Amino acid sequence: MNDIANIDKTLRAVRPKAVAALLRYFRDLDTAEEAYQEACLRALTKWPENGPPRDPAAWLIFVGRNSALDGVRRASKLQALPDEAAISDLEDAEAAMAERLDTADYKDDILRLLFVCCHPDLPKVQQIALALRIVSGLSVKQIARAFLVGERAMEQRITRAKRRIAEAEVAFETPSAADRTERLAAVAAMLYLVFNEGYSAAGENIAEGPKLCEEAIRLARMLLTLFPAEPELMGLLALMLLQFSRSAARFSADGKVILLEDQNRDLWNRDMIAEGLALIDKAMRHQAPGKYQIQAAIAGLHARACKPEETDWAGVNALYEALERITPSPVITLNRAVAISKLEGAEAALALVDPLVDALSGYFYFHGVRGHFLKDLGRDEEARIAFNQAIALANTAAEAAHIRDQLDQLAARKTGG
Amino acid sequence: MLYAILCYNDEATISNWTQEEEEACMSALMKVQEPLLKAGRLGPVARLMPTSAATTLRKDQDPPLVLDGPFAETKEQLLGFYIIDCNSLDDALGVAKDLGRANPGGAFEIRPLLSMNAGTLET
Repeated sequence: MNDIANIDKTLRAVRPKAVAALLRYFRDLDTAEEAYQEACLRALTKWPENGPPRDPAAWLIFVGRNSALDGVRRASKLQALPDEAAISDLEDAEAAMAERLDTADYKDDILRLLFVCCHPDLPKVQQIALALRIVSGLSVKQIARAFLVGERAMEQRITRAKRRIAEAEVAFETPSAADRTERLAAVAAMLYLVFNEGYSAAGENIAEGPKLCEEAIRLARMLLTLFPAEPELMGLLALMLLQFSRSAARFSADGKVILLEDQNRDLWNRDMIAEGLALIDKAMRHQAPGKYQIQAAIAGLHARACKPEETDWAGVNALYEALERITPSPVITLNRAVAISKLEGAEAALALVDPLVDALSGYFYFHGVRGHFLKDLGRDEEARIAFNQAIALANTAAEAAHIRDQLDQLAARKTGG
Repeated sequence: MLYAILCYNDEATISNWTQEEEEACMSALMKVQEPLLKAGRLGPVARLMPTSAATTLRKDQDPPLVLDGPFAETKEQLLGFYIIDCNSLDDALGVAKDLGRANPGGAFEIRPLLSMNAGTLET
């Protein structure tokens, strides 16, 4: 790997830290971002010459801050600051910076930067786009590709989101413990949105979908490193890893969704599963269950089963029940019905999902799952109707293709039987 | 003499590697390990999960304290280790340099072993 490639990786790794600290100085996203860009440009010329600094984040913050201040001074025709090459004691300055910016500062800075992106006024897509642009440093082009929209449209969305935030009051004082908890929850939800955006797009957007998932995992891991004793962050990271571990098995070569029980489990990524399970273990010790931990535990039970028939369905059912208690939702009940179908049969499962029709009639999975239960019961005509409703609501071509397969099987059964 | 080569690097940077880069690095490292393996000079090789998966037990108090996260918060983290059999420190440094060429960045700590019990673990 050449030097520039390595420098690029370092810059990516420290970006959230550096932009977050610069945001605290300048209290303005654009200024912080520009300062960081400027510092990166200088890093690309200085680091290959002199080698990377001992604390790249501190260097970038220092140089970025100076260059932005320099810009302010130039604009107001005041005397310019000396170029950083002329500062003989940059090493000392760096060390002092690094000391002042201990983990405690970074923690709240980075949390603030992420929290800014999940402003409740922003639509979800804008939250995701902003986080990817500001925190991860993805280009507008990359983000546009991930959302399958044009670059200009995405540029406009991000600009609008930034304007909203500039108008909003961002709290810069050190947050209280309660505020911090609230921020962490909002940020966790936003990171899971990023992940899901990538995860659900993965079938059609093979290039960009997984990148969003990886990015969400990277940010969640960073957040957990900063807040190591938060069981819900452990749960969130575990959940993402366990879901993402199935990536290679989720779609057929011709782009159809493959259901969990039909997936080739040899294709599941064992490293991700091991890390996910280790994180669940760690989280459980805190005895403070939350929605991410429980969802991770469910994914964990699937991951532990080498064959579908080894799945601990009673455990899955109990975990969904726990999840229903924490965040009651018909979607969770729908998921639990799958466990019930394994434990008690399709009849019982159908009895559980049928009352959900009012809440979920516009939901693809509702009709899909119902269709499967009806098909299992040999109620083919009703199954066909359910699958037809599902196909009309499919979110992706891969989902539609899976349902079409089911309809074909029903048709074959009819002519065959 | 047995030496441990303890591998330190910034895990945030490492996690930015693409799968191709990772595979290229791993196969370059395997090439360095092969002759040692054939000569019976390579002991256990371990790669650790990220520090976010770590738990620390502070046993300097009673009852011991369980903390989430790695023992030390450092700029570079312990990411793995090799155990090798070498005649001298120079020899061990030579191996470390070869491994370092295959996997640049960060640092190796070369530390002689006082004793080693190979255990009964099968991997």
